[in-house]
Amino acid sequence: MTLHIVVTAKQVLDPETPLSAFNVADNAVSTAGNIPPVVNGYDEQAVEAALRIKEAHGDAKVTVLSCGTDFALDVIKKPLAMGADELVLLQDAAFENSIDPTMAVAALTAAIRKLGDVDIVISGRQASDWDNAQVPLGVAESLGWAVATIGRKVQVLDGTVRVERVLPDGHETVEASLPAVVTVSNELGTPRYPNMRGIMAARRVQPTVWSAADLDLDGAASPAFELVSLKKPERAVQTEMITGDHDADAGRKLALRLREERVL
Amino acid sequence: MADALIIGEVAGGAPSSSTMEGIAAARGLGVRQVAVLLPGADAATAASAAITGGADIAYTVVDGPAADGEFDALVDAAQAATAQSGARYVIGAKTLTGRDVMPRLAFRLGTALASDCSAVSLDDSGRLIATRPVYGGNAEASVACLGSVAVASLRPKSVDALEPDASRTGEVQPLAFEANVRTRVLERVEEAGEGVRLENARVVVSGGRGLGGPEPFGSLRELADMLGGAVGASRAACDAGWVPSGYQVGLTGKTVTPDLYIAVGISGASQHMAGCSNSRTLVAINKDAGANIFKEARFGVAGDWQKVLPAFMEQLHELMG
Ligand SMILES: Cc1cc2nc3c(=O)[nH]c(=O)nc-3n(C[C@H](O)[C@H](O)[C@H](O)COP(=O)(O)OP(=O)(O)OC[C@H]3O[C@@H](n4cnc5c(N)ncnc54)[C@H](O)[C@@H]3O)c2cc1C
Repeated sequence: MTLHIVVTAKQVLDPETPLSAFNVADNAVSTAGNIPPVVNGYDEQAVEAALRIKEAHGDAKVTVLSCGTDFALDVIKKPLAMGADELVLLQDAAFENSIDPTMAVAALTAAIRKLGDVDIVISGRQASDWDNAQVPLGVAESLGWAVATIGRKVQVLDGTVRVERVLPDGHETVEASLPAVVTVSNELGTPRYPNMRGIMAARRVQPTVWSAADLDLDGAASPAFELVSLKKPERAVQTEMITGDHDADAGRKLALRLREERVL
Repeated sequence: MADALIIGEVAGGAPSSSTMEGIAAARGLGVRQVAVLLPGADAATAASAAITGGADIAYTVVDGPAADGEFDALVDAAQAATAQSGARYVIGAKTLTGRDVMPRLAFRLGTALASDCSAVSLDDSGRLIATRPVYGGNAEASVACLGSVAVASLRPKSVDALEPDASRTGEVQPLAFEANVRTRVLERVEEAGEGVRLENARVVVSGGRGLGGPEPFGSLRELADMLGGAVGASRAACDAGWVPSGYQVGLTGKTVTPDLYIAVGISGASQHMAGCSNSRTLVAINKDAGANIFKEARFGVAGDWQKVLPAFMEQLHELMG
Protein backbone atom coordinates (compact mmCIF):
# COMPACT_ATOMS: atom_id res chain seq x y z
CA MET A 1 0.00 0.00 0.00
CA THR A 2 1.21 3.45 -0.81
CA LEU A 3 2.57 5.29 2.22
CA HIS A 4 1.00 8.74 2.24
CA ILE A 5 3.28 11.34 3.81
CA VAL A 6 1.99 14.87 4.43
CA VAL A 7 4.48 17.66 4.93
CA THR A 8 3.31 20.99 6.32
CA ALA A 9 5.18 23.96 4.90
CA LYS A 10 4.69 27.61 5.76
CA GLN A 11 5.60 30.62 3.68
CA VAL A 12 7.40 33.09 5.95
CA LEU A 13 9.35 36.34 5.77
CA ASP A 14 12.99 35.55 5.11
CA PRO A 15 14.54 35.27 8.59
CA GLU A 16 17.83 36.45 7.08
CA THR A 17 16.23 39.83 6.35
CA PRO A 18 18.66 42.48 7.60
CA LEU A 19 17.38 44.20 10.71
CA SER A 20 17.41 47.53 8.90
CA ALA A 21 14.78 46.19 6.47
CA PHE A 22 12.65 44.60 9.18
CA ASN A 23 9.77 46.89 10.12
CA VAL A 24 7.30 46.62 12.95
CA ALA A 25 4.39 49.07 12.74
CA ASP A 26 0.66 49.04 13.43
CA ASN A 27 0.89 45.68 15.17
CA ALA A 28 2.30 44.03 12.03
CA VAL A 29 5.68 42.99 10.71
CA SER A 30 6.82 43.80 7.18
CA THR A 31 10.02 44.01 5.21
CA ALA A 32 11.23 46.98 3.25
CA GLY A 33 11.92 46.58 -0.45
CA ASN A 34 11.28 43.42 -2.39
CA ILE A 35 12.69 40.72 -0.19
CA PRO A 36 10.88 37.57 -1.32
CA PRO A 37 9.36 35.24 1.28
CA VAL A 38 10.83 31.79 1.80
CA VAL A 39 9.66 28.35 2.81
CA ASN A 40 10.21 28.10 6.58
CA GLY A 41 13.66 26.53 6.99
CA TYR A 42 12.61 23.70 9.28
CA ASP A 43 9.79 22.85 6.85
CA GLU A 44 12.38 22.32 4.12
CA GLN A 45 13.97 19.86 6.51
CA ALA A 46 10.55 18.22 6.86
CA VAL A 47 10.41 17.86 3.07
CA GLU A 48 13.90 16.35 3.16
CA ALA A 49 12.83 13.86 5.87
CA ALA A 50 9.76 12.89 3.80
CA LEU A 51 11.82 12.37 0.65
CA ARG A 52 14.31 10.20 2.52
CA ILE A 53 11.42 8.05 3.78
CA LYS A 54 9.99 7.88 0.27
CA GLU A 55 13.34 6.74 -1.09
CA ALA A 56 13.72 4.08 1.60
CA HIS A 57 10.13 2.93 1.28
CA GLY A 58 9.69 2.91 -2.48
CA ASP A 59 5.92 3.09 -2.66
CA ALA A 60 5.17 6.47 -1.10
CA LYS A 61 3.53 9.75 -1.95
CA VAL A 62 4.45 13.14 -0.48
CA THR A 63 1.71 15.78 -0.28
CA VAL A 64 2.65 19.27 0.88
CA LEU A 65 0.05 21.32 2.77
CA SER A 66 0.47 25.04 3.17
CA CYS A 67 -1.94 27.32 4.96
CA GLY A 68 -2.18 31.08 4.33
CA THR A 69 -3.96 33.97 2.68
CA ASP A 70 -1.80 34.38 -0.40
CA PHE A 71 1.21 32.60 -1.77
CA ALA A 72 4.22 33.36 -3.92
CA LEU A 73 3.81 30.30 -6.14
CA ASP A 74 7.45 30.07 -7.17
CA VAL A 75 8.39 30.04 -3.48
CA ILE A 76 5.80 27.64 -2.13
CA LYS A 77 6.45 25.24 -5.03
CA LYS A 78 10.00 24.66 -3.80
CA PRO A 79 9.05 21.42 -1.99
CA LEU A 80 7.70 20.14 -5.31
CA ALA A 81 10.95 21.07 -7.00
CA MET A 82 12.78 19.14 -4.28
CA GLY A 83 10.73 16.07 -5.14
CA ALA A 84 7.37 16.20 -3.36
CA ASP A 85 4.44 14.91 -5.41
CA GLU A 86 1.52 17.19 -4.67
CA LEU A 87 0.79 20.61 -3.26
CA VAL A 88 -2.44 21.61 -1.55
CA LEU A 89 -2.83 25.26 -0.65
CA LEU A 90 -5.24 25.98 2.18
CA GLN A 91 -6.01 29.48 1.07
CA ASP A 92 -8.59 31.76 2.58
CA ALA A 93 -8.82 35.25 4.03
CA ALA A 94 -9.68 33.49 7.30
CA PHE A 95 -6.22 31.85 7.33
CA GLU A 96 -4.44 35.09 8.07
CA ASN A 97 -0.94 34.58 9.44
CA SER A 98 -1.44 35.33 13.11
CA ILE A 99 0.35 34.83 16.40
CA ASP A 100 -2.68 32.69 17.27
CA PRO A 101 -2.11 29.18 15.87
CA THR A 102 -5.72 28.10 16.38
CA MET A 103 -6.87 28.62 12.78
CA ALA A 104 -3.81 26.98 11.21
CA VAL A 105 -4.30 23.93 13.43
CA ALA A 106 -7.99 23.74 12.48
CA ALA A 107 -7.28 24.13 8.76
CA LEU A 108 -4.44 21.61 8.64
CA THR A 109 -6.41 19.11 10.72
CA ALA A 110 -9.42 19.43 8.43
CA ALA A 111 -7.24 19.07 5.32
CA ILE A 112 -5.55 15.94 6.67
CA ARG A 113 -8.99 14.47 7.42
CA LYS A 114 -10.17 15.42 3.93
CA LEU A 115 -7.17 13.71 2.32
CA GLY A 116 -8.31 10.68 4.29
CA ASP A 117 -5.50 8.19 3.81
CA VAL A 118 -2.60 9.99 5.49
CA ASP A 119 -0.12 7.79 7.38
CA ILE A 120 2.32 10.34 8.71
CA VAL A 121 2.56 14.11 8.99
CA ILE A 122 6.01 15.68 9.07
CA SER A 123 6.48 19.32 10.08
CA GLY A 124 9.34 21.64 10.92
CA ARG A 125 9.84 22.09 14.66
CA GLN A 126 8.73 25.72 14.49
CA ALA A 127 8.09 28.53 12.05
CA SER A 128 10.61 31.36 12.04
CA ASP A 129 7.97 34.11 12.20
CA TRP A 130 5.93 33.60 15.37
CA ASP A 131 8.22 30.90 16.79
CA ASN A 132 5.18 29.23 18.32
CA ALA A 133 6.41 25.64 17.92
CA GLN A 134 2.94 24.29 18.46
CA VAL A 135 0.96 23.81 15.26
CA PRO A 136 2.12 20.20 14.68
CA LEU A 137 1.42 19.35 18.33
CA GLY A 138 -2.02 20.91 18.01
CA VAL A 139 -2.69 18.93 14.85
CA ALA A 140 -1.64 15.72 16.62
CA GLU A 141 -3.95 16.47 19.55
CA SER A 142 -6.85 17.36 17.24
CA LEU A 143 -6.43 14.17 15.26
CA GLY A 144 -5.72 12.08 18.37
CA TRP A 145 -2.48 10.85 16.79
CA ALA A 146 0.84 9.99 18.40
CA VAL A 147 3.56 12.64 18.15
CA ALA A 148 7.35 12.80 18.30
CA THR A 149 9.20 16.12 18.11
CA ILE A 150 12.60 17.57 17.20
CA GLY A 151 13.75 14.60 15.15
CA ARG A 152 17.08 14.33 13.41
CA LYS A 153 16.26 10.98 11.83
CA VAL A 154 12.84 9.60 10.88
CA GLN A 155 12.23 6.06 9.69
CA VAL A 156 9.00 4.31 8.82
CA LEU A 157 9.11 0.59 9.55
CA ASP A 158 6.14 -1.65 9.13
CA GLY A 159 3.30 0.47 10.46
CA THR A 160 5.43 2.34 12.97
CA VAL A 161 7.59 5.43 12.92
CA ARG A 162 10.92 5.53 14.66
CA VAL A 163 12.35 8.97 15.46
CA GLU A 164 15.76 9.89 16.75
CA ARG A 165 15.08 12.99 18.85
CA VAL A 166 17.65 15.65 19.65
CA LEU A 167 18.04 16.18 23.41
CA PRO A 168 19.94 19.04 25.06
CA ASP A 169 22.76 16.63 25.92
CA GLY A 170 22.34 13.59 23.75
CA HIS A 171 19.56 11.92 21.81
CA GLU A 172 16.84 9.34 22.21
CA THR A 173 14.97 6.99 19.95
CA VAL A 174 11.20 6.85 20.23
CA GLU A 175 8.64 4.75 18.41
CA ALA A 176 4.93 5.08 17.74
CA SER A 177 2.33 3.32 15.66
CA LEU A 178 1.10 5.15 12.57
CA PRO A 179 -0.67 7.41 11.98
CA ALA A 180 1.58 9.89 13.72
CA VAL A 181 2.88 13.45 13.60
CA VAL A 182 6.63 14.08 13.63
CA THR A 183 8.58 17.34 13.80
CA VAL A 184 12.16 17.70 12.62
CA SER A 185 15.04 19.99 13.46
CA ASN A 186 18.09 21.35 11.64
CA GLU A 187 20.18 18.46 12.99
CA LEU A 188 18.50 16.35 10.27
CA GLY A 189 20.96 17.92 7.84
CA THR A 190 20.87 20.34 4.93
CA PRO A 191 17.81 19.88 2.72
CA ARG A 192 18.56 18.91 -0.88
CA TYR A 193 18.64 21.60 -3.54
CA PRO A 194 16.06 21.31 -6.29
CA ASN A 195 17.64 20.14 -9.54
CA MET A 196 16.66 21.36 -13.02
CA ARG A 197 14.33 18.43 -13.63
CA GLY A 198 12.59 19.01 -10.32
CA ILE A 199 12.16 22.70 -11.05
CA MET A 200 10.68 21.97 -14.49
CA ALA A 201 8.35 19.33 -13.05
CA ALA A 202 7.21 21.68 -10.28
CA ARG A 203 6.34 24.31 -12.85
CA ARG A 204 3.83 22.01 -14.47
CA VAL A 205 2.06 21.11 -11.21
CA GLN A 206 -1.14 23.02 -10.55
CA PRO A 207 -1.66 23.18 -6.79
CA THR A 208 -5.02 22.14 -5.42
CA VAL A 209 -6.63 25.02 -3.53
CA TRP A 210 -9.00 24.49 -0.62
CA SER A 211 -10.86 27.35 1.03
CA ALA A 212 -12.28 27.44 4.55
CA ALA A 213 -15.64 26.44 3.07
CA ASP A 214 -14.05 23.48 1.25
CA LEU A 215 -12.77 22.38 4.65
CA ASP A 216 -16.15 22.97 6.35
CA LEU A 217 -14.40 25.46 8.60
CA ASP A 218 -16.65 28.46 8.40
CA GLY A 219 -16.67 30.04 11.83
CA ALA A 220 -15.24 26.95 13.50
CA ALA A 221 -12.29 27.92 15.68
CA SER A 222 -12.66 30.56 18.38
CA PRO A 223 -9.45 32.54 18.84
CA ALA A 224 -7.08 31.87 21.74
CA PHE A 225 -5.44 35.29 21.79
CA GLU A 226 -5.98 38.91 21.07
CA LEU A 227 -2.84 40.75 20.00
CA VAL A 228 -2.38 43.68 22.37
CA SER A 229 0.88 45.04 21.02
CA LEU A 230 3.72 44.22 18.69
CA LYS A 231 6.90 46.27 18.74
CA LYS A 232 10.62 46.19 18.29
CA PRO A 233 12.32 45.23 21.54
CA GLU A 234 14.23 47.95 23.34
CA ARG A 235 17.92 47.37 23.64
CA ALA A 236 19.52 49.42 26.34
CA VAL A 237 23.14 48.32 25.96
CA GLN A 238 25.91 50.92 25.80
CA THR A 239 28.64 49.26 23.80
CA GLU A 240 32.24 50.19 24.50
CA MET A 241 34.53 49.33 21.60
CA ILE A 242 38.07 48.51 22.67
CA THR A 243 40.63 49.65 20.12
CA GLY A 244 44.39 49.31 19.91
CA ASP A 245 47.32 49.87 17.58
CA HIS A 246 46.53 46.54 16.02
CA ASP A 247 44.26 43.54 16.72
CA ALA A 248 46.57 41.90 19.26
CA ASP A 249 46.90 45.17 21.13
CA ALA A 250 43.11 45.46 21.28
CA GLY A 251 42.95 41.91 22.64
CA ARG A 252 45.35 42.79 25.46
CA LYS A 253 43.44 45.97 26.24
CA LEU A 254 40.20 44.01 26.37
CA ALA A 255 41.62 41.80 29.12
CA LEU A 256 42.83 44.84 31.07
CA ARG A 257 39.51 46.61 30.67
CA LEU A 258 37.55 43.57 31.84
CA ARG A 259 39.83 43.29 34.87
CA GLU A 260 39.28 46.97 35.59
CA GLU A 261 35.51 46.39 35.48
CA ARG A 262 36.00 43.34 37.75
CA VAL A 263 34.43 41.13 35.10
CA LEU A 264 37.54 38.94 35.17
CA MET B 1 -9.25 24.74 44.20
CA ALA B 2 -6.51 26.99 42.97
CA ASP B 3 -6.36 30.02 40.71
CA ALA B 4 -3.07 29.15 39.05
CA LEU B 5 -1.43 25.83 38.28
CA ILE B 6 2.28 25.37 37.54
CA ILE B 7 3.18 22.38 35.39
CA GLY B 8 6.35 21.53 37.27
CA GLU B 9 9.30 19.20 36.90
CA VAL B 10 11.35 17.41 39.53
CA ALA B 11 15.13 17.13 39.25
CA GLY B 12 17.40 15.60 41.87
CA GLY B 13 14.75 15.47 44.60
CA ALA B 14 13.75 19.12 44.19
CA PRO B 15 11.49 21.16 41.94
CA SER B 16 13.49 22.25 38.88
CA SER B 17 14.62 25.87 38.74
CA SER B 18 12.04 26.66 36.05
CA THR B 19 9.31 25.21 38.29
CA MET B 20 10.31 27.62 41.07
CA GLU B 21 10.35 30.44 38.51
CA GLY B 22 6.83 29.47 37.42
CA ILE B 23 5.60 29.54 41.01
CA ALA B 24 7.13 32.99 41.46
CA ALA B 25 5.47 34.19 38.24
CA ALA B 26 2.08 32.91 39.43
CA ARG B 27 2.52 34.60 42.82
CA GLY B 28 3.43 37.74 40.91
CA LEU B 29 -0.04 37.67 39.33
CA GLY B 30 -1.42 38.33 42.81
CA VAL B 31 -3.77 35.34 42.76
CA ARG B 32 -4.89 33.64 45.99
CA GLN B 33 -4.03 29.97 45.55
CA VAL B 34 -1.17 28.53 43.53
CA ALA B 35 -0.98 24.80 42.82
CA VAL B 36 1.93 22.91 41.30
CA LEU B 37 2.07 19.57 39.52
CA LEU B 38 5.16 17.56 40.46
CA PRO B 39 5.73 14.28 38.62
CA GLY B 40 8.74 12.21 39.68
CA ALA B 41 9.81 9.53 42.14
CA ASP B 42 10.97 12.27 44.54
CA ALA B 43 7.84 14.39 44.13
CA ALA B 44 6.91 14.17 47.83
CA THR B 45 10.26 15.66 48.88
CA ALA B 46 10.06 18.22 46.09
CA ALA B 47 6.59 19.22 47.25
CA SER B 48 7.85 20.75 50.50
CA ALA B 49 10.41 22.82 48.60
CA ALA B 50 7.69 23.97 46.21
CA ILE B 51 5.51 25.02 49.15
CA THR B 52 8.27 26.97 50.89
CA GLY B 53 8.94 28.50 47.46
CA GLY B 54 5.39 29.84 47.17
CA ALA B 55 2.96 27.03 46.26
CA ASP B 56 -0.19 26.22 48.26
CA ILE B 57 -1.08 22.85 46.81
CA ALA B 58 1.23 20.22 45.31
CA TYR B 59 -0.19 17.45 43.14
CA THR B 60 2.31 14.62 43.17
CA VAL B 61 2.77 11.69 40.79
CA VAL B 62 5.40 9.36 42.22
CA ASP B 63 5.28 6.39 39.87
CA GLY B 64 4.13 5.29 36.45
CA PRO B 65 5.02 6.73 33.04
CA ALA B 66 4.43 10.37 34.03
CA ALA B 67 6.88 10.06 36.93
CA ASP B 68 9.32 8.55 34.42
CA GLY B 69 8.97 11.61 32.21
CA GLU B 70 6.96 10.09 29.34
CA PHE B 71 5.44 13.05 27.48
CA ASP B 72 2.10 11.41 26.68
CA ALA B 73 1.51 10.59 30.34
CA LEU B 74 2.64 14.05 31.42
CA VAL B 75 0.01 15.63 29.17
CA ASP B 76 -2.60 13.36 30.75
CA ALA B 77 -1.36 14.32 34.24
CA ALA B 78 -1.35 18.02 33.39
CA GLN B 79 -4.87 17.80 32.03
CA ALA B 80 -6.07 16.01 35.18
CA ALA B 81 -4.31 18.52 37.45
CA THR B 82 -5.90 21.41 35.55
CA ALA B 83 -9.35 19.89 36.04
CA GLN B 84 -8.74 19.08 39.68
CA SER B 85 -7.33 22.52 40.52
CA GLY B 86 -9.94 24.43 38.58
CA ALA B 87 -7.11 26.83 37.70
CA ARG B 88 -7.77 29.66 35.31
CA TYR B 89 -4.06 30.23 34.63
CA VAL B 90 -1.78 27.33 33.76
CA ILE B 91 1.92 28.07 33.53
CA GLY B 92 4.79 25.86 32.40
CA ALA B 93 8.28 26.42 31.06
CA LYS B 94 9.97 26.12 27.69
CA THR B 95 12.14 23.21 28.75
CA LEU B 96 12.73 19.96 26.89
CA THR B 97 9.56 18.59 28.48
CA GLY B 98 7.53 21.80 28.40
CA ARG B 99 8.15 22.22 24.67
CA ASP B 100 6.06 19.11 24.08
CA VAL B 101 3.69 19.03 27.00
CA MET B 102 2.50 22.66 27.16
CA PRO B 103 1.21 23.06 23.58
CA ARG B 104 -0.55 19.71 23.77
CA LEU B 105 -2.14 20.60 27.09
CA ALA B 106 -3.33 23.92 25.68
CA PHE B 107 -5.02 22.29 22.70
CA ARG B 108 -6.64 19.67 24.92
CA LEU B 109 -8.06 22.50 26.98
CA GLY B 110 -9.49 24.05 23.83
CA THR B 111 -7.04 26.94 23.59
CA ALA B 112 -3.47 27.56 22.39
CA LEU B 113 -0.21 28.18 24.21
CA ALA B 114 1.37 31.56 24.78
CA SER B 115 4.83 30.08 24.38
CA ASP B 116 8.29 31.19 25.45
CA CYS B 117 7.05 34.18 27.46
CA SER B 118 9.41 36.63 29.09
CA ALA B 119 6.65 37.97 31.38
CA VAL B 120 3.03 37.37 32.37
CA SER B 121 0.59 39.71 34.09
CA LEU B 122 -3.17 40.21 34.49
CA ASP B 123 -5.22 43.01 33.01
CA ASP B 124 -8.14 44.70 34.77
CA SER B 125 -10.60 42.05 33.69
CA GLY B 126 -8.34 39.24 34.88
CA ARG B 127 -7.15 38.18 31.44
CA LEU B 128 -3.61 36.82 31.32
CA ILE B 129 -1.34 39.13 29.34
CA ALA B 130 1.65 37.25 27.98
CA THR B 131 4.70 39.03 26.61
CA ARG B 132 6.93 37.09 24.32
CA PRO B 133 9.63 37.52 21.72
CA VAL B 134 8.60 36.64 18.15
CA TYR B 135 10.39 36.72 14.80
CA GLY B 136 13.46 35.26 16.45
CA GLY B 137 13.50 38.11 18.95
CA ASN B 138 13.31 40.89 16.37
CA ALA B 139 9.87 41.81 17.67
CA GLU B 140 8.07 41.52 20.96
CA ALA B 141 4.37 40.69 21.20
CA SER B 142 1.89 41.00 24.02
CA VAL B 143 -1.24 38.92 23.78
CA ALA B 144 -4.33 38.72 25.94
CA CYS B 145 -5.38 35.12 26.47
CA LEU B 146 -9.07 34.63 25.69
CA GLY B 147 -11.14 31.67 26.76
CA SER B 148 -11.77 30.12 30.14
CA VAL B 149 -8.25 28.79 30.75
CA ALA B 150 -5.04 30.62 29.82
CA VAL B 151 -1.96 28.48 29.16
CA ALA B 152 1.51 30.00 28.99
CA SER B 153 5.09 28.78 29.10
CA LEU B 154 7.93 30.89 30.43
CA ARG B 155 11.37 31.15 28.93
CA PRO B 156 13.73 29.73 31.57
CA LYS B 157 15.47 32.34 33.71
CA SER B 158 13.06 35.16 32.82
CA VAL B 159 11.65 35.35 36.35
CA ASP B 160 13.49 35.11 39.68
CA ALA B 161 12.38 32.35 42.06
CA LEU B 162 11.10 33.53 45.46
CA GLU B 163 13.23 33.30 48.58
CA PRO B 164 12.17 30.12 50.42
CA ASP B 165 9.92 30.83 53.38
CA ALA B 166 10.06 27.92 55.84
CA SER B 167 6.94 29.13 57.64
CA ARG B 168 4.71 28.55 54.60
CA THR B 169 2.36 25.59 54.71
CA GLY B 170 0.45 23.81 52.00
CA GLU B 171 -1.32 20.68 50.98
CA VAL B 172 0.16 17.67 49.19
CA GLN B 173 -2.26 15.59 47.13
CA PRO B 174 -1.37 12.52 45.13
CA LEU B 175 -2.93 12.98 41.66
CA ALA B 176 -5.15 10.25 40.27
CA PHE B 177 -5.40 10.03 36.48
CA GLU B 178 -5.21 7.57 33.64
CA ALA B 179 -2.12 7.61 31.43
CA ASN B 180 -2.25 6.65 27.78
CA VAL B 181 1.25 6.27 26.33
CA ARG B 182 1.51 6.02 22.57
CA THR B 183 5.05 7.19 21.85
CA ARG B 184 7.49 4.88 23.60
CA VAL B 185 11.12 5.68 24.36
CA LEU B 186 13.32 2.84 23.11
CA GLU B 187 16.74 4.20 23.94
CA ARG B 188 18.31 7.31 25.43
CA VAL B 189 21.93 8.25 24.88
CA GLU B 190 23.53 10.88 27.10
CA GLU B 191 26.44 12.71 25.56
CA ALA B 192 27.92 14.38 28.61
CA GLY B 193 29.79 17.47 27.46
CA GLU B 194 33.28 18.25 28.71
CA GLY B 195 33.75 20.32 31.84
CA VAL B 196 31.20 22.69 33.39
CA ARG B 197 27.57 22.40 32.27
CA LEU B 198 26.73 25.13 29.80
CA GLU B 199 23.39 26.03 31.42
CA ASN B 200 24.97 26.58 34.84
CA ALA B 201 28.30 28.07 33.82
CA ARG B 202 29.24 31.51 35.16
CA VAL B 203 31.44 32.10 32.14
CA VAL B 204 30.56 30.98 28.62
CA VAL B 205 32.91 31.28 25.65
CA SER B 206 31.01 30.74 22.40
CA GLY B 207 32.27 30.37 18.85
CA GLY B 208 30.54 30.88 15.54
CA ARG B 209 31.01 30.43 11.84
CA GLY B 210 33.79 32.99 11.95
CA LEU B 211 36.05 30.42 13.63
CA GLY B 212 36.23 28.63 10.29
CA GLY B 213 36.58 25.07 11.55
CA PRO B 214 36.58 22.74 14.55
CA GLU B 215 40.20 23.32 15.69
CA PRO B 216 39.79 26.88 17.02
CA PHE B 217 37.24 25.54 19.49
CA GLY B 218 40.33 24.10 21.25
CA SER B 219 41.42 27.67 22.03
CA LEU B 220 37.92 28.53 23.25
CA ARG B 221 38.06 25.47 25.51
CA GLU B 222 41.43 26.61 26.86
CA LEU B 223 40.00 30.06 27.61
CA ALA B 224 36.88 28.57 29.20
CA ASP B 225 39.04 26.32 31.38
CA MET B 226 41.11 29.30 32.51
CA LEU B 227 37.92 31.04 33.62
CA GLY B 228 36.19 27.96 34.99
CA GLY B 229 33.57 28.25 32.28
CA ALA B 230 31.93 26.30 29.49
CA VAL B 231 32.11 26.40 25.69
CA GLY B 232 29.05 27.25 23.60
CA ALA B 233 28.43 27.80 19.92
CA SER B 234 26.14 29.36 17.35
CA ARG B 235 23.86 27.16 15.29
CA ALA B 236 26.07 27.75 12.25
CA ALA B 237 29.03 26.17 14.07
CA CYS B 238 26.89 23.21 15.19
CA ASP B 239 25.36 22.72 11.74
CA ALA B 240 28.87 22.66 10.27
CA GLY B 241 29.62 19.75 12.57
CA TRP B 242 32.45 21.57 14.38
CA VAL B 243 30.87 20.94 17.79
CA PRO B 244 27.95 18.75 18.91
CA SER B 245 24.44 20.23 18.86
CA GLY B 246 24.43 20.31 22.66
CA TYR B 247 26.73 23.35 22.42
CA GLN B 248 24.09 25.46 20.66
CA VAL B 249 23.06 28.62 22.45
CA GLY B 250 19.92 30.40 21.31
CA LEU B 251 16.25 30.31 20.56
CA THR B 252 16.32 26.64 19.61
CA GLY B 253 19.35 25.78 21.73
CA LYS B 254 20.24 26.46 25.33
CA THR B 255 19.44 29.57 27.34
CA VAL B 256 22.44 30.77 29.32
CA THR B 257 22.72 33.64 31.79
CA PRO B 258 26.37 33.69 32.83
CA ASP B 259 28.20 36.59 34.45
CA LEU B 260 30.39 36.75 31.36
CA TYR B 261 29.54 35.67 27.80
CA ILE B 262 32.31 35.94 25.23
CA ALA B 263 31.14 35.60 21.61
CA VAL B 264 33.90 34.94 19.08
CA GLY B 265 33.14 35.05 15.34
CA ILE B 266 29.39 35.23 15.97
CA SER B 267 27.35 37.80 14.04
CA GLY B 268 24.68 38.21 16.73
CA ALA B 269 21.56 37.06 14.89
CA SER B 270 18.51 37.61 17.08
CA GLN B 271 17.96 33.85 17.31
CA HIS B 272 21.40 33.46 18.86
CA MET B 273 20.97 36.44 21.17
CA ALA B 274 17.69 34.93 22.42
CA GLY B 275 19.81 32.42 24.32
CA CYS B 276 22.43 34.74 25.82
CA SER B 277 21.15 38.32 25.98
CA ASN B 278 20.43 38.05 29.71
CA SER B 279 24.12 37.47 30.43
CA ARG B 280 25.48 40.05 32.84
CA THR B 281 28.39 41.14 30.67
CA LEU B 282 28.54 40.31 26.99
CA VAL B 283 31.84 40.60 25.14
CA ALA B 284 32.16 40.24 21.37
CA ILE B 285 35.12 39.70 19.10
CA ASN B 286 34.20 40.04 15.43
CA LYS B 287 36.13 41.33 12.46
CA ASP B 288 33.08 43.15 11.07
CA ALA B 289 32.63 46.41 12.98
CA GLY B 290 29.04 46.57 11.68
CA ALA B 291 28.06 43.14 13.04
CA ASN B 292 24.83 43.11 15.01
CA ILE B 293 26.57 41.60 18.02
CA PHE B 294 28.14 45.01 18.68
CA LYS B 295 24.66 46.45 19.22
CA GLU B 296 24.14 44.00 22.07
CA ALA B 297 27.60 43.60 23.58
CA ARG B 298 28.84 45.61 26.55
CA PHE B 299 32.44 45.40 25.28
CA GLY B 300 33.57 44.75 21.75
CA VAL B 301 36.71 44.34 19.71
CA ALA B 302 36.39 44.73 15.96
CA GLY B 303 39.22 42.53 14.81
CA ASP B 304 40.37 39.12 13.64
CA TRP B 305 39.97 36.62 16.46
CA GLN B 306 43.14 34.85 15.33
CA LYS B 307 45.09 37.91 16.50
CA VAL B 308 42.77 39.24 19.23
CA LEU B 309 42.18 36.02 21.12
CA PRO B 310 45.77 34.83 21.71
CA ALA B 311 46.78 38.29 22.96
CA PHE B 312 43.69 38.45 25.15
CA MET B 313 44.51 35.05 26.65
CA GLU B 314 48.15 35.93 27.17
CA GLN B 315 47.23 39.11 29.00
CA LEU B 316 44.70 37.18 31.02
CA HIS B 317 47.38 34.65 32.02
CA GLU B 318 49.50 37.50 33.29
CA LEU B 319 46.63 39.07 35.21
CA MET B 320 45.69 35.78 36.78
CA GLY B 321 49.30 35.08 37.76
C1 LIG C 1 13.86 29.65 13.63
C2 LIG C 1 15.34 29.82 13.76
C3 LIG C 1 15.96 29.40 14.93
C4 LIG C 1 17.33 29.59 15.11
N1 LIG C 1 17.90 29.20 16.29
C5 LIG C 1 19.22 29.50 16.52
C6 LIG C 1 19.84 29.21 17.78
O1 LIG C 1 19.23 28.65 18.70
N2 LIG C 1 21.14 29.56 17.95
C7 LIG C 1 21.89 30.18 16.96
O2 LIG C 1 23.06 30.48 17.19
N3 LIG C 1 21.32 30.43 15.76
C8 LIG C 1 20.02 30.11 15.51
N4 LIG C 1 19.48 30.37 14.28
C9 LIG C 1 20.38 30.82 13.19
C10 LIG C 1 20.70 32.29 13.23
O3 LIG C 1 19.68 33.00 12.56
C11 LIG C 1 22.04 32.57 12.53
O4 LIG C 1 22.00 32.06 11.22
C12 LIG C 1 23.24 31.97 13.25
O5 LIG C 1 23.21 32.29 14.62
C13 LIG C 1 24.53 32.50 12.64
O6 LIG C 1 25.65 31.94 13.26
P1 LIG C 1 27.03 32.71 13.27
O7 LIG C 1 26.87 34.03 13.93
O8 LIG C 1 28.05 31.79 13.82
O9 LIG C 1 27.34 32.86 11.71
P2 LIG C 1 27.35 34.15 10.78
O10 LIG C 1 26.09 34.90 10.88
O11 LIG C 1 27.82 33.69 9.46
O12 LIG C 1 28.47 35.07 11.45
C14 LIG C 1 29.83 34.78 11.45
C15 LIG C 1 30.54 36.01 11.98
O13 LIG C 1 31.92 35.73 12.11
C16 LIG C 1 32.64 36.91 11.79
N5 LIG C 1 34.00 36.51 11.41
C17 LIG C 1 34.41 35.84 10.31
N6 LIG C 1 35.73 35.67 10.32
C18 LIG C 1 36.20 36.23 11.45
C19 LIG C 1 37.49 36.41 12.03
N7 LIG C 1 38.59 35.92 11.44
N8 LIG C 1 37.59 37.05 13.20
C20 LIG C 1 36.49 37.57 13.82
N9 LIG C 1 35.24 37.44 13.31
C21 LIG C 1 35.10 36.77 12.15
C22 LIG C 1 31.86 37.55 10.68
O14 LIG C 1 32.12 38.94 10.64
C23 LIG C 1 30.42 37.23 11.08
O15 LIG C 1 29.84 38.29 11.81
C24 LIG C 1 18.10 30.18 14.08
C25 LIG C 1 17.48 30.57 12.90
C26 LIG C 1 16.12 30.41 12.74
C27 LIG C 1 15.49 30.87 11.47
